[in-house]
Amino acid sequence: MAEPRLIEISPVTRVEGHGKVTIHLDAEGQVDEARLHIVEFRGFERFIRGRLLWEVPVIVQRLCGICPVSHHLAAAKAMDQIVGVDELPPTAEKMRRLMHYGQVMQSHVLHFFHLAAPDLLFGFGAPADRRNIFEVLRQEPELGRRAILMRKFGQEIIEATAGKKVHGTGAIPGGINRNLSLETRDGFLARIDEMQDWALDAVALARDYTMSHATLVDSFAAFPSSYMSLVRGGDGALDLYHGNLRALDASGSTIFDQLDYTRYMDVLVEDVRPWSYMKFPYIRDIGAQTGWYRVGPLARMNTVGFIDTPLANAARTELLAGDGEGLNHAILGNHWARMVEVLHCVEKIRELLHDPDLQGTDLKATGERRQSGIGVIEAPRGNLIHHYEVDENDQVTYCNLIVSTTHNNEGLNRAVRDVAVKQLSGQAQITEGMLNHIEVAIRAYDPCLSCATHALGQMPLQVELYDAGGGLLDARNTSG
Amino acid sequence: MTAFRFTIDGVEIDAREGQTIMEAADEAGIYIPRLCDHEGLRHQGSCRVCTVKAGGRSVSACTQPAAAGQEVENETPHLGKLRRDLVEMLFHEGNHLCPICEASGNCELQAMAYRLDMTAPTKFPYLEPCRALDASHPDIALDRNRCISCGRCIRASQDVDGKGVFGYVGRGIHRHVGLSAEDLAGTDAKLADFAISPEVCPVGCIIRKRVGFATPIGEREFDKGLIGHEIEERRHE
Repeated sequence: MAEPRLIEISPVTRVEGHGKVTIHLDAEGQVDEARLHIVEFRGFERFIRGRLLWEVPVIVQRLCGICPVSHHLAAAKAMDQIVGVDELPPTAEKMRRLMHYGQVMQSHVLHFFHLAAPDLLFGFGAPADRRNIFEVLRQEPELGRRAILMRKFGQEIIEATAGKKVHGTGAIPGGINRNLSLETRDGFLARIDEMQDWALDAVALARDYTMSHATLVDSFAAFPSSYMSLVRGGDGALDLYHGNLRALDASGSTIFDQLDYTRYMDVLVEDVRPWSYMKFPYIRDIGAQTGWYRVGPLARMNTVGFIDTPLANAARTELLAGDGEGLNHAILGNHWARMVEVLHCVEKIRELLHDPDLQGTDLKATGERRQSGIGVIEAPRGNLIHHYEVDENDQVTYCNLIVSTTHNNEGLNRAVRDVAVKQLSGQAQITEGMLNHIEVAIRAYDPCLSCATHALGQMPLQVELYDAGGGLLDARNTSG
Repeated sequence: MTAFRFTIDGVEIDAREGQTIMEAADEAGIYIPRLCDHEGLRHQGSCRVCTVKAGGRSVSACTQPAAAGQEVENETPHLGKLRRDLVEMLFHEGNHLCPICEASGNCELQAMAYRLDMTAPTKFPYLEPCRALDASHPDIALDRNRCISCGRCIRASQDVDGKGVFGYVGRGIHRHVGLSAEDLAGTDAKLADFAISPEVCPVGCIIRKRVGFATPIGEREFDKGLIGHEIEERRHE
């Protein structure tokens, strides 16, 4: 092994859009550099310009087919500000919350059972033709059945609040366009006990996996970082729909707390690097080199003070118990955290279904028009920021979106590098197992996967190994 | 007024002298597809979606007078294909992005495509025009990317509102709906005009500002049934 080499993984699928991984090996075959490149140009910030403000929540949700509700609601919250509404009528806010809990539930269930479970159940090195939901259904039929029915429940909550399971129209500037009928509510209430039982079982499954694979979990792409999320105003509880920003450093010390999210630009900076269309946000006061942070379910478990639903709060306490006073940095712990949030969503959905405000008829508020609006929400994959400016003709003149996967950009890159160093250094051949370890590291972040996730476990990940002169030495892909 | 009978697809219906084939069909509860025609506006016969066969000739049902003993073909596979092609050409000429259009569910073009079994994107290559959105008016916006040049707004403005806010400009493929001023703000268009009412523009071109997606999915016009269902329901009354 006398010459440096470049390994290129292209395309990396199951990410939002198109990406590739490049790994540079030095002359000794050691990993010199590893990067996740997002090579697709999103363009939404540009082509939304000129559109009318009330169209925005419906247009921008098309960013994603897995978590469109998050974009729909973040944009709607920004438009609330633009139409001068700081406080929604209770029916509107609660219908939106219900929609969001349904969304987080279905997204987390999809990721854990349909996408990650094959890795967790059958092992990272299992044959590729077994690492899919169909094998889960064959080997664990009851688990597979629950996965499908839990996701269905979440999707039906979205349909009841937004009009469609995917890409609905529920949230409008200043409110919502429907309430919840008693008949629909009763249909959900009839199933909520079962959903809670299944969510508790899912938490136990994720916990048991984490506990029984402690060595792997503690070492696999696990590294300390800062974390950021919304927390509820005042008491700092978990709040997926609304709150203020809190960031903690790797030791758990506060970087900022209860910060009004409309001031996000005061604390966050987006760095641009020439090799990726995805920006690298960092915390302004800490600087570009070390100011990076992570968001998402595990980040939220770390940042929030507590969860205001009893079962999920107990589950969170257990999740953090092994880490003493510190934070949980084990990226595979995200799977457990996701299931804690599914349980939280089920508890919240139950609470809301019993709330008569959902049958209210005051759906929309109005106010004095403003020029700009910022909407922030905790999407399934983490913090999501939508920022717009609108002119006097109601047309959008500026848009800035920071999606969860962007917040996690540096973390994703470090995870790829960590796995690459451990798996590829000194290796002459690329094996299926090496490829899947890189996939597992990327997948643990559940990067916003709208298109490629439809491959359902069959990642057409291609790796090519070049010598320093550009000659192809070896090539493999996971579906082959 | 002389009454007489004629047939549509073999069904004998009543008509009166001076009625068009479409008017008689509507009364009898037989729906003939149409886009440029609208109740309360003079007939124009330009979209050709209402083309029927009468006496072996292709005619627009909205302008062709009904005649005693006439045998009219309406719902035949051949006419269905012709109509679908016409609708597909409208999709090909404009930018009809139903998923993000606030007219979706209330849009007659979309509803017609459903009725005519247009189940895939148009086979004609999209022209993808790039027409600037006119949002200059405080209450009204105009997205001409969605205009199908039916002219309903022109007739409504001229004949009902007595204004002339809208008018055709250009010829042939270049013909389009123009304004009486540089932009909408320069015209005397008002929200209360019949031409601006939601029933006149069949698509999402004339936008009444700040309405948006206020009507939930499930309660929009064509969530209730296929376009023409109200006329067809008369037949069973």
